Amino acid sequence: MSGRDMSGREAILGKLRVAAGGGSADAARQEAVEKRLARPPRGLIPARGQLEGEARIALFCQMAEAVTATVARVRKADDVPRAVTHYLRARNLAPRVRMGADRRLKAMNWSAQKSLEIGHGPAAPQDEVGVSHAFAGVAETGTVALVSGKDNPTTVNFVPENHIIIVDAKDIAGDLESVISRLRRKYGRGEMPRVLNLVTGPSRSGDIEQTMLLGAHGPRALHLIVVDG
Amino acid sequence: MEVSSPQFKQKSRKALADEQLQRAMGKAKAGFIGKRRKAVDALPEFEALRSSARAIKDHTLAHLDLYLEAYERKVIASGGRVHWAETAEDACQAVLDICRAVGARTVTKGKSMITEEIALNDFLEKNDIRPVETDLGEYIIQLRGEHPSHIIGPALHLNKEQVEEDFRRVHDKLPAGRDLSQPESLLGEAREILRPQYFAADVGITGANFLVAETGTSIIVTNEGNGDLTQTLPRVHIVVASIEKVVPTLEDASQILRVLARSATGQDTSVYTTLSTGPRRPGDPDGPEEYHVVLLDNGRSSMLGTEFHEMLRCIRCGACMNHCPVYHAVGGHAYGWVYPGPMGAVLTPSLVGVEKSGHLPNASTFCGRCESVCPMQIPLPRMMRHWREREFERGLNPATQRFGLGLWAFFARRPRLYRLATSLTIPALSGLGRRTGWFRSLPLAGGWTRHHDLPAPEARTFMQQWRDRDTRKQEGGVA
Repeated sequence: MSGRDMSGREAILGKLRVAAGGGSADAARQEAVEKRLARPPRGLIPARGQLEGEARIALFCQMAEAVTATVARVRKADDVPRAVTHYLRARNLAPRVRMGADRRLKAMNWSAQKSLEIGHGPAAPQDEVGVSHAFAGVAETGTVALVSGKDNPTTVNFVPENHIIIVDAKDIAGDLESVISRLRRKYGRGEMPRVLNLVTGPSRSGDIEQTMLLGAHGPRALHLIVVDG
Repeated sequence: MEVSSPQFKQKSRKALADEQLQRAMGKAKAGFIGKRRKAVDALPEFEALRSSARAIKDHTLAHLDLYLEAYERKVIASGGRVHWAETAEDACQAVLDICRAVGARTVTKGKSMITEEIALNDFLEKNDIRPVETDLGEYIIQLRGEHPSHIIGPALHLNKEQVEEDFRRVHDKLPAGRDLSQPESLLGEAREILRPQYFAADVGITGANFLVAETGTSIIVTNEGNGDLTQTLPRVHIVVASIEKVVPTLEDASQILRVLARSATGQDTSVYTTLSTGPRRPGDPDGPEEYHVVLLDNGRSSMLGTEFHEMLRCIRCGACMNHCPVYHAVGGHAYGWVYPGPMGAVLTPSLVGVEKSGHLPNASTFCGRCESVCPMQIPLPRMMRHWREREFERGLNPATQRFGLGLWAFFARRPRLYRLATSLTIPALSGLGRRTGWFRSLPLAGGWTRHHDLPAPEARTFMQQWRDRDTRKQEGGVA
């Protein structure tokens, strides 16, 4: 930290301390803060975010379609590669996709799709289609949660014009708070993946005359494949 | 950014006569209000969520020093760096130092009102670093050399024909005969032009909607995906955020997210909510190698504990201006600084001084719509009144206004004299206006009668009528 940062820090915190606690960080305030950080209150969860079972998955699909994502449901993980090829053909896209080395994607039967070309690693400008596996889904808003990591490049989520995201039905939570709890279990208390992307539909902009148009800087199309089994 | 709020009146007059602007504002008004209404009606828990969101911010502000320290610890632990900036100059210098250390020539920028507040683009340009705005609205106004007229819709004041004209002027390497008549084609062209810029930039700068103390995470909320490309592709990511953006936990951020997009654009949630924690990790195939946070105060700490304290709950959704009759009439530029509408009328005097921006809290009809739609329940009208009081206390109103108020106060404190004066003037005015019951013009009241007629008073004063009423009551007359 440079000298300027240091003096700025002390000046700002000093002023805040005076305003908040009359100059001191007393024990009661300290305790209130530590308690909240250690045991985050869950807050108010709308009824819409508390559905169970098939109703929850149906809401997830419905909410995603409402924000112009397309949704396909398949029975098992090995049906995914065929569903991907089918989607590319239906949209008249070249049989080429970019994906990370996610073990759930790797375990799928891609070799059966003879014509499909798969590039691994981060996305480049010429990539037309990215494929990712979601960490979770959120039924309340039709959102998918993607985490970065050595097998999951973030560029795959934003650079290609088309994005296909695989989400396991068992990973679809009712609300974002449940996904946060799962993140804590996986990464540890107070820890996060470098990036958590919450994606709800394809990119859009309303900056010209308030008209919402699809396909701003991120993907123009978002296709979700929900794996039931 | 230079403060031109003292010219509010002149700018408003110009805005009211600007047909193009009035057309754009008409569209904006209809769009925002209806979309928010629909989203709010679809969520029965919305009002309860507002209270929950408010309570979170109240708690945080009461412990802001402690949460900022906790946040800083977590950023450092995840490999990031925190730069504290007391003033706009400090923040600009911190950004420049980071850029220089990596020899940056171009920076891409996600949408950020804080970088508007500190006038970062001008500062970088003066130091030979080229800032490229990537949000569509920000890109358009950067081409025009303008400032945002709305905090979430920077180009709200423009029509598509104007954007087309700018694109033809600036993108002059593209075929002149291309069709740009539709918003879709304008969006497509901006996408193609900006794409290589993301890959070429050395540094990406974004703002933050939230900073999370629990994890040292910064959160951006966008629809376009430009913020994500901006922060993922360059070697360095700089987050510029003000101190009141901190919330304690991820759950707290989630609560407030439920009211943010609904209040802003009427979406249940924005397309991309991105949570970033530190730089690229060992084995990561992409992401920035450096992650910096510039934490800006710029006057906010002085608001804490004052009558403007509650303004620090603001999450910059824009609902107050979307529902403000004054904003609808004059647009955002008339306000003369970064933040327009009711939130600007409260925040601008706090940050740049009421002596430069007293017109803003005065430009209110006190209709109360801003407070009723504010997701954080900020009492905006009350705070505008506080500014009016301070303005008067400090003698900042014009002499004629102070003289008028002084004259009124003189009589108001002397009831006999007051009654005498009104019992003489009211019948006289009533007599003058008897023919139609209205004045088309009246000496000393030109400011009013230029735009509408003034009703002529009844022949008797209120006090006289009240006395008559009491007398009649005692006689068993009208109740």
